[in-house]
Amino acid sequence: MNKPLRRVAIFCGLLVLALLVRSNWLQFVQADEFKTHKNNRRVEIQRYAQERGNIIVGGKSITGSAETSGSDFKYKRTYKNGEMWAPVTGFSSQAFGSTQLESIYDGILTGNDDRLFFSNTVDMLTGKDQQGGDVVTTLNAAAQKAAFKGLGDKKGAVAAINPQTGAILALASTPSYDPSKIAGNSLKTDTKNWQELSSEDNKDKPMLNRALRETYPPGSTFKVVTAAAALENKRYSSIDEKTDTPLPWIMPGTTTPLPNLVNEPCKEASLKVAMQFSCNTVFGKLGSDLGVEKMAKQAEKFGFNEEQFVPVRAEASRFPTEMEPSEAALSAIGQFDVAATPLQMAMVTAAIANDGKLMQPYMVDQLRAPDLDVIEQTEPEELSEAMSAENAQKLQQMMEFVVTDGSGKNAQIPGVTVGGKTGTAQHGENNSKNPYAWFISYAKTDNGSPVAVAVVVEDSGAARESISGGGLAAPIAKGVMQAVLGK
Amino acid sequence: MSVVSNTTTIGSIGAPSRRNTELLMLAFAVVIPVFAYINVGLAIDGTVPAGVLGMGLGMALLAAVAHIVVRRFAPYADPLLLPLATLLNGLGLVLIWRLDQSERLRQLGQGTAASNQLMWSTLGVAGFVIVLIFLKDHRILQRYTYISMVVALVLLAAPAFFPAREEDFGAKIWIRIGSFSIQPGEFVKIIIAVFFAGYLMVKRDALALASRRFMGLYLPRGRDLGPILTVWALSILILVFETDLGTSLLFFGMFIVMLYVATERTSWILFGLLMSAAGAAAVATFESHVQQRIVAWLNPMAIFLPPEQRPDGLISDQAAQALFAFGSGGVLGTGLGQGHSDLIGFAAKSDFILATVGEELGLAGMMAVLMLYALIVQRGIRTGLAARDPFGKLFAVGLSGAFALQVFIVAGGVMNLIPLTGMTMPFLAQGGSSVITNWALIAILIRISDTARRPAPAPAPSPDAEPTQVVRL
Repeated sequence: MNKPLRRVAIFCGLLVLALLVRSNWLQFVQADEFKTHKNNRRVEIQRYAQERGNIIVGGKSITGSAETSGSDFKYKRTYKNGEMWAPVTGFSSQAFGSTQLESIYDGILTGNDDRLFFSNTVDMLTGKDQQGGDVVTTLNAAAQKAAFKGLGDKKGAVAAINPQTGAILALASTPSYDPSKIAGNSLKTDTKNWQELSSEDNKDKPMLNRALRETYPPGSTFKVVTAAAALENKRYSSIDEKTDTPLPWIMPGTTTPLPNLVNEPCKEASLKVAMQFSCNTVFGKLGSDLGVEKMAKQAEKFGFNEEQFVPVRAEASRFPTEMEPSEAALSAIGQFDVAATPLQMAMVTAAIANDGKLMQPYMVDQLRAPDLDVIEQTEPEELSEAMSAENAQKLQQMMEFVVTDGSGKNAQIPGVTVGGKTGTAQHGENNSKNPYAWFISYAKTDNGSPVAVAVVVEDSGAARESISGGGLAAPIAKGVMQAVLGK
Repeated sequence: MSVVSNTTTIGSIGAPSRRNTELLMLAFAVVIPVFAYINVGLAIDGTVPAGVLGMGLGMALLAAVAHIVVRRFAPYADPLLLPLATLLNGLGLVLIWRLDQSERLRQLGQGTAASNQLMWSTLGVAGFVIVLIFLKDHRILQRYTYISMVVALVLLAAPAFFPAREEDFGAKIWIRIGSFSIQPGEFVKIIIAVFFAGYLMVKRDALALASRRFMGLYLPRGRDLGPILTVWALSILILVFETDLGTSLLFFGMFIVMLYVATERTSWILFGLLMSAAGAAAVATFESHVQQRIVAWLNPMAIFLPPEQRPDGLISDQAAQALFAFGSGGVLGTGLGQGHSDLIGFAAKSDFILATVGEELGLAGMMAVLMLYALIVQRGIRTGLAARDPFGKLFAVGLSGAFALQVFIVAGGVMNLIPLTGMTMPFLAQGGSSVITNWALIAILIRISDTARRPAPAPAPSPDAEPTQVVRL
């Protein structure tokens, strides 16, 4: 009986061998695939197992971590003054994922990034828990506060840039939301809050980052782009030269005259005067005379028709590249299909203030390891030469004149040179809705311009007649500029 | 038969009893789980668990009692079987206690199980002691061949008459009286081995020799096919009425192994494989429970698809969670108490306990544990080789073969090598019936090995014998 018995022994050995091979296959060959599988909850557990690194503004963190109970996720994200900073940070939620900086730098913040490998290894060897790195932003806490407080209960957005570097100083959007309220995974609080915030019925759209992701018709603020195109294409060599603009001016191919807010000064007005009174006829005619191609080229030099990554993605602003001359006229005054994000208009302003050089906007200064070693440092970078320095300075004179003698008087700051442009953009079918109030401006010191800002107020609850860029938006821009200047 | 020749080679006269080897091994088998227990406590709470003294002393006491009984009643027994069983049982206790600490399982309504398991282990060792004391010779069991058959059939059929609970996922393998439940399939493993061994010992010549040669194979006579058909039908019935794929496979496999050893006819294996394949295929076509298991085996990750894209019958993410546990453990494991194998949820402490080994002890721990099982099987078959009587040989190989098959079916199922069937990992998994049965199984193997290794008694001196004279020629 022993021969078959030995064979049975071999058979049993083969069974065990099969198990051993399978075990090796699962735990060695396929291990990584399972370990990092998207449905493996361990990935998430690991993510929240230690305090998350922080997002830093002006040396202080605007985020934190709090220990949670009743969940296998140990820490959840907290935000200091979350509503104000939400357009900057985005959110990191145990239940709903993450967005913006929280999402882009998740690896650094959780400590899983390969660049933190050395730091992690040291922590492992010394028996410490893994630590997350920090994201140091370029934002200016005072400017952000001024922007957020300035917007107040109004619906709108602010973007402010340092024209010389492209560093983003303020990025506000209202109504906003507090990401702390959706950071956990509790059904009673977080999920309920999430449903409320992201609901289709929520007219406020609090989670929309208007400064980067919403495009608005820029209205009259776009006239600075048209003026830049006119100067760059040598249409007029001086800003005081009279333009050949009849009044009324009938849009080509139509029988419709283009209306002005005030008519008299606009007849044959020079660029400077046309800017002061925001003459639609002058800039509309300029647009249709220059043609779509030249206008589009100038707009694109300022960054239109392209998504920006700051590194959070900003929606591409639009300037149509094919249209009728009448539509080109409307586009030249920031209507028709032209649409811009607040960031885009801040970029336009910054390029003018920086003598024509458009800097790549960015909001992350450096990434820092837990031991404060700098992992990555952002260097300012030129995005394009939007216009010549000479023409930029002419345009600056025009914008400064708007603030001293035109519609932008509300943005005056004593002792500081300020240039700006108002806009009141119509929208809705047949101009049925309340217009958007725009204001773009920059401040200048002896060392060049430290701040350019764009403000849009979509809805303030104010009566239609009293909505104007100068009235609603300019004071907010002024507050932001003052905060940056420290005045 | 080559019984006689083997007796002389293996059961050689004057073999050392090896009891001290066993004692040394037992010390390791007690110390290792105690350290593992401390390790779990330190990992989870940062403190040495309060029960460490009790657990250490309890295990040491059980091991000591078992050892003394072996020393006294089976002095020539195999020295490895008892330490191996003790080690696996101890590790099982630690793993169950570790999963008791899981908040997640507590929220699923699973109470603590370690103290119960310790009680069952104590009962198991008690059973071990009783078997060794009262079963002086395994051949006594030969007398109960047909009674065993009847008892086995009754026990197997019983669960079909008890209502299945919803949380058992369709398997009807329990007998419940109040809150008390037993899994008779576990006990039947031993009882039916008695029947097979006794029956085959008597019939082996008829089965082996009275056969016709057909296409190079020796086919049995029709009348000899009776028993194999009966067992086959029995396992199919288990499958159909109790939807217990594992037990069905186990019994049929055990029978084929024993039949092969008894008759030395390869044709029986072929026959067995064909019949089990046919039976399984037939049942799988109309049993939704079996189909579900196969679907889950083929597409473990499909459970994460949206419901409308999921294959029919996929209802649980257990298979996927077990794979995640093994993968996340990697080569060295997370360390005891630091994994998340509790994500498996239902049956994490019983059928799926091996996933906790895989995650927390890693590939290294898995291989070690599988080798422990392999060693038990190896010692069992070795005992069969050494046994001097055909009944003992068949019995030992039947029990060892069944043990090996059970380990393969459970571990293979948990590792998604074969479809998952509900069975417990011997000694490791939570479950009273299983622990008691496996301790009894070890006791019987120890009994057979003691008989096999015992030195042949010196022939009684014959009073008539004259001193032999050497006559020089």
